[in-house]
Amino acid sequence: MKYTPNSPAIVEDMLRSAGFNSLDELFSDVPEAIRLDRKLKLGPGRSEIELTRELKGLAAKNLNTEDYPCFLGAGAYDHYIPAAIDQLLLRSEFYTAYTPYQAEINQGILQSIFEYQSMICMLTGMDVANASMYDGGSALAEACVLACANSKGKKVLLPDTVHPEYQQILQTYAISGKMEIVIVPSTAGVCDLEKMISLIDEDTACVVIQQPNFFGHLEEVEKLADAVHRNKGFLVMAVDPISLAILKPPADVGADIVVGEGQALGNSLSFGGPYLGFFAATKKFLRRLPGRIVGQTTDTEGRRAFVLTLQAREQHIRREKANSNICSNQALNALAATMYLTLIGSTGLQAIAVRCHQLAVYAARELEKAGLKLKYKAPFFREFAVLLDDPARANRRLLENGIIGGYELEDAMLLAFTEKRTGAEIDQLVAVLGGEA
Amino acid sequence: MEVPKDLLYTTEHEWIRVEGEQVYLGITDYAQDQLGDIVFVELPELETEVITGDAIAVVESVKAVSSVYSPVSGTVVESNIELEDLPELLNEEPYSNHIAVINISDPDELEDLMSPADYEAFCAEQE
Amino acid sequence: MSKLIFEKNLKGSNSFTLPPADIPEVDITSSIPASFLRETAPALPDISEVEAVRHFVDLSHRAYGVDNGFYPLGSCTMKYSPKINEWAARLPGFTSIHPYQSVETVQGAMELLYNMQNMLAEITGMDAVTLQPAAGAHGEMTGVMIIKAYHQGRNDQGRTKMMVPDSAHGTNPATANVVGYDVVEVKSNRRGLVDLEDLKSKMSPEIAGLMLTNPNTLGLFEEEIQDIAAVVHDGGGLLYYDGANLNAVMGISRPGDMGFDVVHLNLHKTFSTPHGGGGPGSGPVGVKSYLADYLPVPMVDKKDDKYIFVYDRPLSIGKVKNFYGNFGVIVKAYAYILALGAEGIKDAAQQAVLNANYLRQHLKKDYHIPFDRLCKHEFVATAKRQVDENGVITLDIAKRLTDYGFHPPTVYFPLIVKEALMIEPTETETRERLDDFLQAMASIAEEARNHPEIVTNAPHNAVITRVDEVTAARKPVVKWEDDS
Repeated sequence: MKYTPNSPAIVEDMLRSAGFNSLDELFSDVPEAIRLDRKLKLGPGRSEIELTRELKGLAAKNLNTEDYPCFLGAGAYDHYIPAAIDQLLLRSEFYTAYTPYQAEINQGILQSIFEYQSMICMLTGMDVANASMYDGGSALAEACVLACANSKGKKVLLPDTVHPEYQQILQTYAISGKMEIVIVPSTAGVCDLEKMISLIDEDTACVVIQQPNFFGHLEEVEKLADAVHRNKGFLVMAVDPISLAILKPPADVGADIVVGEGQALGNSLSFGGPYLGFFAATKKFLRRLPGRIVGQTTDTEGRRAFVLTLQAREQHIRREKANSNICSNQALNALAATMYLTLIGSTGLQAIAVRCHQLAVYAARELEKAGLKLKYKAPFFREFAVLLDDPARANRRLLENGIIGGYELEDAMLLAFTEKRTGAEIDQLVAVLGGEA
Repeated sequence: MEVPKDLLYTTEHEWIRVEGEQVYLGITDYAQDQLGDIVFVELPELETEVITGDAIAVVESVKAVSSVYSPVSGTVVESNIELEDLPELLNEEPYSNHIAVINISDPDELEDLMSPADYEAFCAEQE
Repeated sequence: MSKLIFEKNLKGSNSFTLPPADIPEVDITSSIPASFLRETAPALPDISEVEAVRHFVDLSHRAYGVDNGFYPLGSCTMKYSPKINEWAARLPGFTSIHPYQSVETVQGAMELLYNMQNMLAEITGMDAVTLQPAAGAHGEMTGVMIIKAYHQGRNDQGRTKMMVPDSAHGTNPATANVVGYDVVEVKSNRRGLVDLEDLKSKMSPEIAGLMLTNPNTLGLFEEEIQDIAAVVHDGGGLLYYDGANLNAVMGISRPGDMGFDVVHLNLHKTFSTPHGGGGPGSGPVGVKSYLADYLPVPMVDKKDDKYIFVYDRPLSIGKVKNFYGNFGVIVKAYAYILALGAEGIKDAAQQAVLNANYLRQHLKKDYHIPFDRLCKHEFVATAKRQVDENGVITLDIAKRLTDYGFHPPTVYFPLIVKEALMIEPTETETRERLDDFLQAMASIAEEARNHPEIVTNAPHNAVITRVDEVTAARKPVVKWEDDS
């Protein structure tokens, strides 16, 4: 396939009209020594029919969650996506547009982002939200960068109940030398409050807490918030947006910056991306947030209008003084999230959150009845770990029985539940895992 | 472009008015014109110890951002909090609205600043 | 004016339902302590499906994408996004796979990633590629982290500064700062290229490297790239390639052969994946062999006919993102590269450069072209004549172009050119479309001469007139407030 539409005759005409004799002449400014004197080793171009064969073939080699019930979570969740979302996302005015720099011809995209920001504020209770980040992990890293840039200290404290990949991403971002990451061992699957509070000092820029945490359990946040605020640091929370339908909004427990993985809101699993990170904060950070922000204003005739605003924060203006370099974000994924929250609504989101929790509670009880033990006892939302001698073997057996099992920990399996799961599927899961007890 | 005769200037387009041991610091007409509509001013915290050349404030317009550098060493004794709500004052009357007041520790540093005539010549070069 | 979704609330109209539960529906307060629970539900919209669908369709009517028309946004490579790629990325075997599934169950996805790593290495002339970064800026950050890790790994601790040309996009200096480097700006010479003498004078044992786009942001090829590379390498630094403009030279000259050590690509520019109104993108990073150990984990490898993730890489910078990258975007770019093949890739670059030179040649009748010579995939024009003669500025021309049905070029960038209009037509436009654009630009120049108010008051055909950006930034309103 080629997507270059001009015929050879037209190309000839254009060359002459532009003052050139050949296509090669267009590259006369590229020194001979660095010109590629051979064809790229990519093979010949494919027709659409060949492409469909080849890609279908690759896709068919993957077991997918449409065919196999999936109990994996750990940061990406197999939620139902209303059919309307994909149809709407295929409106190519949305998906083939660039960032809406020209406000007058992109009011639709700008308004959708404004609506997205508003919904993220509704869920988290925070004052402001940006137009999205890459994903949950990188959003958390940027939240800590923001905290450090607005604090005298540079210590970032977090319990090891934060997602291990988030921990790793934070460590990677710390190569800047502007953050010092301190990971604090947890007890019984939740943050060790006493130890954590004892480590907070005036060099602490922020404390990070994930709610629910990586193991699915609920963390006591308020005391941490008080302690870090007393030392003029910030509380950064990473949250599961589905849980916010029933759990206290982060603003109510003292969070200063709230981030999270937004995939669960209407975005497919897609082997890990593209997802979206959401990013919200208190008013204090409005002019410091990373990324794009849409604001409401008026046009010259006084009509309501939307526009990219507070751009003096961003890299294209602030250049070497910018604390974040983000430009492209995950706008289309944020649009999917906006559509999801619109189509599901408050009652729908609550029903989903409650169902996820009830399924998890049911599974926990049935596993215990089958003689298995949960790794930790703390209250959980929709995910928990069950102790197993050989989680990898258990997963292989599940797969033989047509089930995609959970996330393998050293001595346990982390199981996640979405509204797509049923009691019958859980009974099957328990039957297989029960044999492992 | 207005360049009042009773002030001193810097190459960063700041004006300085000396009152005893204190200096009032603001941005010049030229600076506000180059920035365009100013939308936000980040003011220095009180009691901040500064040395010459420290960035002590940030002025943001819609399409640009500019640091304000301290022309002297000393201590910030006042920030013009009126600018928090009315940043446009820097556009409207740049010389009547200071950003900060600094208590100077070394009056000799004032000798490095530009006279109105020098500053006018400097701006002409920038064009 | 269209209502916000929150203003269309009609209590009780949402009809989303779950299937009946086949488990006991216990009260959540029996398993979650009340101290964790919220008292009131979040105030999301309550709206029927049909009204929700109409709302978003209505929003789409007030948006403008490549499928609506010509989009010559310089530096953004707004080429056509082939529809087969959208189809491919929506196959359930790609959308419905969990990132933590065991590798045996996702061999097709792994194979695709493995092949993609190799194809991008071939296109860029690099030895190893990571697909993890989510966007161009993210790839840049990853690349510069690798440079930092490399110097640290050699115990070369004094390199605290990164060089960036004055024509660079703001992301370059921002990236350097984010990774903890001070920025040293390198001047452009009168020809719009890196000033080699200035570069030499600034190269020192404190310099970690130089970040460069080639062709640069003026659309000009850095002809002295080999000398530039020699200066940086001889001084112990590394050369970073910002892949924003790779579309101009792919299949013709490779960054790896030019002397670059690290490169990031923008799959959402060069490899046709749609921009999505601001994302998602994908920003793979390629490196030469001596930097491969620093790439993020995991890498995809092939062992005994099986694709595997390799995590045991002790020198790796770590992870910059969850999981393995924007897989769904990578699928689309993969389909694009397969569709074009070796010859199609080169053809795309040639046609992109032809289209740009064609526009440049014919636009200069009415517009000032500051560097009027052979350009690559884009060039910079200015509104100098219109400003001087008619008081019409670049912004006015941009807004007026929308009345003619075109997306405006990138404006006021690069910063080293006043009143810049940065024009990148891409290879997927017909001559006819380019001629229409030239005609519109000529008409606007004519209007500027005879009826400047038509241009300065533009747009006239949009759903709104120009917006008050000043009030938006002075008194920010960034979310909906319920006034009722």
